[in-house]
Amino acid sequence: MVWINALVQGVLLGGLYALFAAGLSLMFGVMRFVNIAHGDFIVVAAYLMLTFVVTWGLNPIIGVALVVILLGIAGYANQRFVLNRVLGKDILPPILVTFGMSIIIQNALLEVFSADSQKLQTGWLDTSSISFGHNVAIGVLPLMMFIAAVAAIGLLQLVFYRTSLGRLLRATSDDPEIVPLMGGNNAHIFAIATMLASLVVAVAGIFLAMKTNFDPTAGPARLLFAFEAVIIGGLGNIWGTLLGGIILGVAQTIGAQIDAGYQILAGHLAFLIVLIVRPTGLFPKMKG
Amino acid sequence: MATISHTAARGQKASALTQKLMLALVLIVTVALAFAPMWAGRADLRLLMEAFSFLALAQMWNMLAGYTGLVSVGQQAFVGLGGYLFFALAIFSGIPVLLAIPAAAIATALIAIPTGWVAFRLQGAYFAIGTWVIAEVFRLIAAQASALGGGSGISLPVELAKSIAATRDGRDQVMYYIAFAIAVLSVVGVWGLLRSRWGLALTAIRDSENAAESVGVNTRRAKFLIYVLTAGFTGLTGSFIFLQKLRITPEAAFSVNEWTAFVIFIVVIGGIGTIEGPILGVIIFFALRQIAADWGTWYLIMMGSIAIGVMLIDKRGIWGALKSRYNLAIFPVGHRLD
Repeated sequence: MVWINALVQGVLLGGLYALFAAGLSLMFGVMRFVNIAHGDFIVVAAYLMLTFVVTWGLNPIIGVALVVILLGIAGYANQRFVLNRVLGKDILPPILVTFGMSIIIQNALLEVFSADSQKLQTGWLDTSSISFGHNVAIGVLPLMMFIAAVAAIGLLQLVFYRTSLGRLLRATSDDPEIVPLMGGNNAHIFAIATMLASLVVAVAGIFLAMKTNFDPTAGPARLLFAFEAVIIGGLGNIWGTLLGGIILGVAQTIGAQIDAGYQILAGHLAFLIVLIVRPTGLFPKMKG
Repeated sequence: MATISHTAARGQKASALTQKLMLALVLIVTVALAFAPMWAGRADLRLLMEAFSFLALAQMWNMLAGYTGLVSVGQQAFVGLGGYLFFALAIFSGIPVLLAIPAAAIATALIAIPTGWVAFRLQGAYFAIGTWVIAEVFRLIAAQASALGGGSGISLPVELAKSIAATRDGRDQVMYYIAFAIAVLSVVGVWGLLRSRWGLALTAIRDSENAAESVGVNTRRAKFLIYVLTAGFTGLTGSFIFLQKLRITPEAAFSVNEWTAFVIFIVVIGGIGTIEGPILGVIIFFALRQIAADWGTWYLIMMGSIAIGVMLIDKRGIWGALKSRYNLAIFPVGHRLD
């Protein structure tokens, strides 16, 4: 029974990891670009939520709206004015610029919020759960996270395959040199893609704040989980990313069930095994 | 046509003179550093040893990222492995401490073979993050190794530290020369490698991987070889770093900030893809650190900003910009048609 419980909790945890990963997957899909500061942006969203709701005492719904809007604007501006300038054949500049951003964000957060770990208390949400039998109970918050992940990925899929913006994004993904010839503006399209990714990052950060303790250096671990979910699921396949998140989550909870010290290690090992057995991930749609 | 070749010859002559002057300067500084235990105080020696360690790490990362295009953000894996293997060998195997350092380096290189086999399944930016995951795996394993103190780490037993030399001054001197040798070897080794047949292949890969492949360079093999070699030398440096610290913990040994972020900043600011760049970068890094020692987190924010600035303004870094402008090279590795 404890194993079934571990499995269920792992699936739900996978929802959070899929939320972490969706933005990364989207940015890679459109721009072949990996943001090393991705996890740090998630942590920034978590701190913003904490500031709005706890320090300023705003209504949580207004807090969520503010975080989402701010991250969206920041994502657009960052891509349009900084990251677009280093995109290109040479992979080094984007890696180094986002790595530099990661260091800057971590230290700026440290300066503003101190190294103390924080958590957004959610009152009844923290403790309420739906019970199934003796040892299996599903927390309301993890369930919300999972539903949010499915909804976010479903929405992204809808935008990608059912709207004219999505057509433009897919066209840019297929051939960035032809799109400008047809009247598209790559700089703007890339910025829109990062904005969409940042909206998901905002949601992921808000759930991170509610789910676990976090501190200014929590970003890199989130980046690694996101990255692992993307690779396990297969490049360019956003539903695969959800599955990758679930596999990672289940590996972690089963590892934790064996020994608390093995939680993160078990997740990394699951990732490495997939990498060895199927280097392109389980359901790849494009080539790296 | 005659005028053009005339000015070109004069330009080359002028740069040949500055080149000789710079080489002389480098030699004078190297000789002065070789005698540092005679003129420098204890604190200065410590600072120099730290700078030497970072120079070696920077040369290795530059070799990897600057020449073979393997951008790793997981080099802390090999610093940590070198440190931990050194502690394990020195404490449990009974090998003399000074022999345990190269032994740990070789063991690190051996571990890098399967590690590289896995990491090479990823390309570009994904390779970068993949190496980071692998470093985390080693950190988590080290935290589980109870014989080596688990998560809280382990100290080098006093008698082992004392086995290096009887007196404190003697130990300082031995340690200094190990660090000095590692730094000199990293520069001379990279220089020698780049001037060899392999170096030509590596420079070709740096300039264009497809073109290198088309003229018969086995790029995958060359990259793998460099990956393993740099891992071994990074491990060597790591084992020295933790011999100097006398204590190792998983957090310190596998720190991404210390052993990768700082190293990347050094190389990028100094000039990636050149031997001189990391040297210049180390000087700038340590000079800024002395000035900004009390700034705490602001110092790191500044370093990150400078690195981003370099990438946005001129990604060749300071030395790269100087080199293309004045045609300089202290350690010439280029091939020119006369």
